Amino acid sequence: MKIKRRDFLKGLAGSAVLAMAPPAIASSSEKNRLPDALGILYDSTLCVGCQVCMVACKRANNMPLEFYGPQKRWDNPVDLSSKTLNIIKVYENGTPKEKDREIDGYAFVKRHCMHCVDPACVSACPASAMTKDTKTGIVSYNKNACIGCRYCQVACPFNIPKFEWDNPFPKIVKCQLCSHLLAKGQIPACSNECPTGASLFGPVADLVKEAERRQNMTAGKYYEFPVSEISSTKKQVHKAKKYIPKIYGENDGGGTQVLMLAGVSFDKLGLPMLPDRSYTAIAENIQHTLYKGMILPIVAFGGLIFLVKRAEKKKKE
Amino acid sequence: MKDQNFAGPIREKLKGVSRRDFMKFCGVMAVSMGLPFGAGTQIAEAITNPKRRPPVIWLHGQECTGCTESLLRTSHPSLEHLILDLISLDYHETLNAGAGHQAEAALENSVKENAGKFIMVVEGSVPIKDGGIYCMIGGRPFADIVKETAAKAAAVIAIGSCASWGGVQSSAPNPTGATGVPEFLKGTTVVSIPGCPPNAYNFLSTVLYFLTFKKLPALDELGRPKFAYGRLIHENCERRPHFDAGRFAEQFGDEGHRQGYCLYKLGCKGPMTHANCPSILFCDVGSGAWPVGTGHPCFGCTEEGIGFTIPLHTEADIEIVTPAAEHAPIQTKRGAGISAGSAALVGGIAGVAIGAGAVVAKRLGDKNKGE
Repeated sequence: MKIKRRDFLKGLAGSAVLAMAPPAIASSSEKNRLPDALGILYDSTLCVGCQVCMVACKRANNMPLEFYGPQKRWDNPVDLSSKTLNIIKVYENGTPKEKDREIDGYAFVKRHCMHCVDPACVSACPASAMTKDTKTGIVSYNKNACIGCRYCQVACPFNIPKFEWDNPFPKIVKCQLCSHLLAKGQIPACSNECPTGASLFGPVADLVKEAERRQNMTAGKYYEFPVSEISSTKKQVHKAKKYIPKIYGENDGGGTQVLMLAGVSFDKLGLPMLPDRSYTAIAENIQHTLYKGMILPIVAFGGLIFLVKRAEKKKKE
Repeated sequence: MKDQNFAGPIREKLKGVSRRDFMKFCGVMAVSMGLPFGAGTQIAEAITNPKRRPPVIWLHGQECTGCTESLLRTSHPSLEHLILDLISLDYHETLNAGAGHQAEAALENSVKENAGKFIMVVEGSVPIKDGGIYCMIGGRPFADIVKETAAKAAAVIAIGSCASWGGVQSSAPNPTGATGVPEFLKGTTVVSIPGCPPNAYNFLSTVLYFLTFKKLPALDELGRPKFAYGRLIHENCERRPHFDAGRFAEQFGDEGHRQGYCLYKLGCKGPMTHANCPSILFCDVGSGAWPVGTGHPCFGCTEEGIGFTIPLHTEADIEIVTPAAEHAPIQTKRGAGISAGSAALVGGIAGVAIGAGAVVAKRLGDKNKGE
């Protein structure tokens, strides 16, 4: 059979009306750091593993204790969870004798939300419950907007958002950089309590400079390290360790506002090795290209209608 | 000379006590109350220049006199200085010189004379069941005496756990209806000094604070002075490092117990009990002179619902966040994989589903045939 030109055009027009969604603006450009972004520089070589940041975090955010195993003596989470926003983990190898050494050594790592420059959770959230502050860049969660789909959990390359499986009215739980304390002019509890300056709070621009300064230090020499806050006048003198030549989070996964320095490679510390282009940028680029000007959907939809019409005609005949 | 002027009245007041010892006492008292050391001078003035020694009326209810016994053993000041020189102890059944009707008359006189001025101390709980007949003094129920006296007191102090919340006799089934003074005198501010016995210095500090500043010290929501009951025993315990490191005495007399390890596993209630025992100690004999120091777990005597309620060797709940002795590994294995049993169960369910599906399909076919 042959389809009439008229029918084909009719079908095409119908499909266009049906797909009258506002055309998405294709923005494949990657996002850049916000000029006033706030973050944390975690220096694994300065961390002594005292876990006071975990205690401070629980206290500041009113989080319950978490017991792993039968002993209910210490707050001993084994991973981030709906009860734990911040955790110190340890890498151990062989007979862990020396700190910050990969073979027969050990090293600490502090894990919590990285506050990505281009956060996947915000991109994946269909309800705008995950938002990135336009000034500070803090990624926060609004429980009133959340529909509980947990896409953010799947999307996050760092496996950060946690779901309250044991709550009949569950929420997503993640570090929000102690926004409630920042509003009061205080700093995040973990950095505030850190005794060595391993967890250092400040504007990301300054933290990057500080991280670069540390990268250029000579191992074995003594340097001053600010404690708690980058602008703090309280400084401590530590012997610089040998840093691996990388600032984690500078570009990883499109960049993060939580930066890390370490003496052992970051994959050993359980951090994912991510491309410099964020997954968000890649995914959004594909999506935005497909839907650019609604041309491809219209063509595809029109084609479908054409096929249906043809089949109907065939049946009648 | 100023110094001599100052020393004169003290010597008169405290016969045999040197000025140095006295100032030391005032300083120690100030520090134990969390006051600046300079407050010692103020305390000294309050003690040496009272218009009249403040009258104290001490009532005994359902108790063992342990609180008084512990007060007798203080050395700075010693009890005789306290009651003969610092305060005027008008009525105290254990220490009264008189007895019987004579003593009761002293109580009546003092209450009448010093109405609104005296400090009332209650030791022991108040039985309220059956009209209060389970504790009678001079033919009257103790409950009535407490109520009448409290109405005219300047301050009410409940010393010991019995007076603070009922103590051992208030444990279930509580046959006499033993009640703590704060609950019995609802609406009146009562300072509680719980403990079995309480540390005498917590009591002395409270009394001296009242004499010095003419007001009560800061109290917590249970009416306990914050300077003494503001922190958990666990926070200041000398065995805390052993807890943090995971070294526990497993049973009495074992190697860990001899090494002075943490007594948590033996039922120590330090992690849930508020008191200053580990910092202030008992009996002025030096370090280790407190229950945990001697190797016995704390049983929570200062805390209602813990002492005399939770069994002695039941492990305590941890109230404040305590980081673990060990760190979480980078990766944690979770779950034990699929067990044979669960595999069989899932297989069985799948088999039943397939079988049922086949039967349904067959029936559908038969139905079509029938039509």
